[in-house]
Formats: sequence, structure tokens, C-alpha cells
Amino acid sequence: MPRVKVARKSTAIDMTAMCDVAFLLLTFFILSAKPKTEDPVKAEVPASIAKEAIPETDYLIITVGGGKAFFTIEGDDVRRETIKAMADQYKIPFTPAQINTFVHTESFGVPLSTLPQFLSLNPAERIAYKQPGIPVDTTENNDLWKWVNQARKANALLHNKDPRVAIKGDSREEYPTIKKIIMTLQKQHVDKFSLITSLKTVSK
Amino acid sequence: MAELDTSGGGKKGGGKVRSKKASTRVDLTAMVDLAFLLITFFILTTTLQKPKAMDLVMPDKDEKTNQQLPVAASRTLTLLLGSNNKLEWYLGETGKTAPTVDNYGKNGLRKLLFEKSKEVLQATGKDMFVIIKPSDKANYNNVVTAMDELNIVGNQSRAIVDITPQEIELLKRDGLY
Repeated sequence: MPRVKVARKSTAIDMTAMCDVAFLLLTFFILSAKPKTEDPVKAEVPASIAKEAIPETDYLIITVGGGKAFFTIEGDDVRRETIKAMADQYKIPFTPAQINTFVHTESFGVPLSTLPQFLSLNPAERIAYKQPGIPVDTTENNDLWKWVNQARKANALLHNKDPRVAIKGDSREEYPTIKKIIMTLQKQHVDKFSLITSLKTVSK
Repeated sequence: MAELDTSGGGKKGGGKVRSKKASTRVDLTAMVDLAFLLITFFILTTTLQKPKAMDLVMPDKDEKTNQQLPVAASRTLTLLLGSNNKLEWYLGETGKTAPTVDNYGKNGLRKLLFEKSKEVLQATGKDMFVIIKPSDKANYNNVVTAMDELNIVGNQSRAIVDITPQEIELLKRDGLY
């Protein structure tokens, strides 16, 4: 009986299609990527059933955690305009290098008085620096009030739109801290704002 | 490298020496490896889900324009948010009815809101008005939960208002402050 010969097949697989798919996905992810920004403070947001996402542009976020407030301005152009307006308004001389650093800093939490020093630190030192948070109190002219005010003006000037203000609070944060921030916003007639929450499913 | 030599044994003997035809195939394995590595990196570094936001509208604090509409006390439910994730509620005016201690959650606050809004609707024919009064001992999560429960129940008439000393006394009496 003749031995049946098994045809030897090539073990090479055509990788072309796989390669195409891989690069297609890669292109998609690169184009849609928006790097994750590390919050300077850990804020575990409470859950709610709200499904509305915060807008892509024109928003300000006040992050609250551990009794400290941090401020995020969306958009490089708005940040640049805001810091310039702050420098003009409150007579703080910023060097062009400091302004550039500010434009590339997503969120910050230092008082206005120490901001120039903070911006002069090198990147590694800035990460290591323990930010004390933006001072908030119940008076008319606290630092957060100034920032929100100027950022709103800058945003209105550049994009012709009042930005949406969002509060990202840690769920264990005590209410008085949040109340101070809400009061600061209400002082400049921001009566409608968003609370950032994570999605919760309704348990019936 | 990725291809095994599966051709039979070499030809023996003479014959014309032909120039070897170079294969036009390029080994793509390494390229695919790299592509997937990059994909993985980008998937992990992007924020896939945008954060969700709950809208909050506060009553205007402006003292000059006093255009508050009076709401009948009979259809006003007041929630006092105390410490230890507990709350107190009462229907009507402060001090007239004794507050009841309740918890957040579907058998606590949600059930209460469902029942009371139905009762108020039957009695007055109007929607119930809910006033949330967080005390200094309440945390942010409590406020959001209370607002969220109102969203779930579908109540749109609500407001967050400062707590009065009288109400703090009520919370203190029940050990929630």
C-alpha cells in the first residue's frame, strides 16, 4: 500500500490584511486620542443617572478634593488670553516663558501670589510640588472668583460663548467646601452649572 | 525567518544555472507586532468615556430682584441632610410637623419621594416642591444623591437652600449633626 503523502504547506500566513487593519485602527486611535490628564488631586466623583456629557470645548472645571480647589481651563487659546488678562488686571508681571508654561498646564491649584514662582519651576519640580489649592472664601474677591471671571471673559472674547462651568467634587468632600465654590460662582451670576458624575444604572 | 523551507530536496546534477528569483514577499510580522503595540498604547492612554454631568440650577442670589413665587407649605417637602449618610424630612412648615429620619437609597428616599409626590398631587392637584437643605455635616455625595433621586422620580421643582439654625437643632436632637 502506498503511503499517503501529506502535502507540505507553507507555514507563512499572509499578513497584509492584518497589517492593514492594525494600521487602520492605529490611525483611528491616534486621531481620536486626547491624552489623559492627571488630576492634581484624587477626586472620586459621585454617581448619578445623568447621561449628558460635558461639551468638547468651552468649559471650565473646578476640581475639589481634600478641601482644595483646582481650576482647569479648556483650550490653549483661552488659557493664554486668561493669563494675560489676569496679568493686566491684577498687575502681576509674567515673563513670556511663564505664560507659555501656563498655557501648557491643564489644571493648577496655587494662589495667585505664588503662581509666578510655580510656573518658573522645571517640569519635574512642578509635578513634585504640593499645590495648596486656589484660595476660596466667602468674600467677593477671592482668587477663584478672579480666575473664573477672567476665564469666562476670555472665552466669550475668543469663542463668543459663555463657557459651561463644571464642578468635579470628591464624593466624601464636606458640603461647606462645595458651598463656598457654589457661592463664588453665584457671586458672578453663574446660576447654572454642571456637577460631574459617573454613570449609575437605576436599580428598580 | 517566518517561512519554513518546505521545498523538496535540492536538485542534483547539472543544468543551467538560473539567477535566483527573489521573492517579492516582505515579512510583515514585525510590522504587525509594532502596530498592535501602538494600538494598545493608544487605547490605554485615551479617555474612552467622557465624564457625565448633572445640571444644577441654583436660585438667583441677587438681593435686588426679589421675584420669588410663594409656594404653599402643604406641598413643600423639606429634606435636611445630616451626618452619617442620613437625612430627615418633613412636609409643610418647619416645626409644625416632626421630622422623620430616613436614609438614601431606593427603599428610603426614593420610596418617600414617590409616595409623597403622589399624595401631594392627589391632595392639591399640583406637583410637589422639594427643598434640599444640606447641613455642614453632609457631604457632597449626599447632595448629589438627593438631586439624583429627584431626577429619577422626575421631580423638576426643587431647590438647594441654606439650612436655618432651627433646623440644625432638629438634626442635633436626632443625633445627625
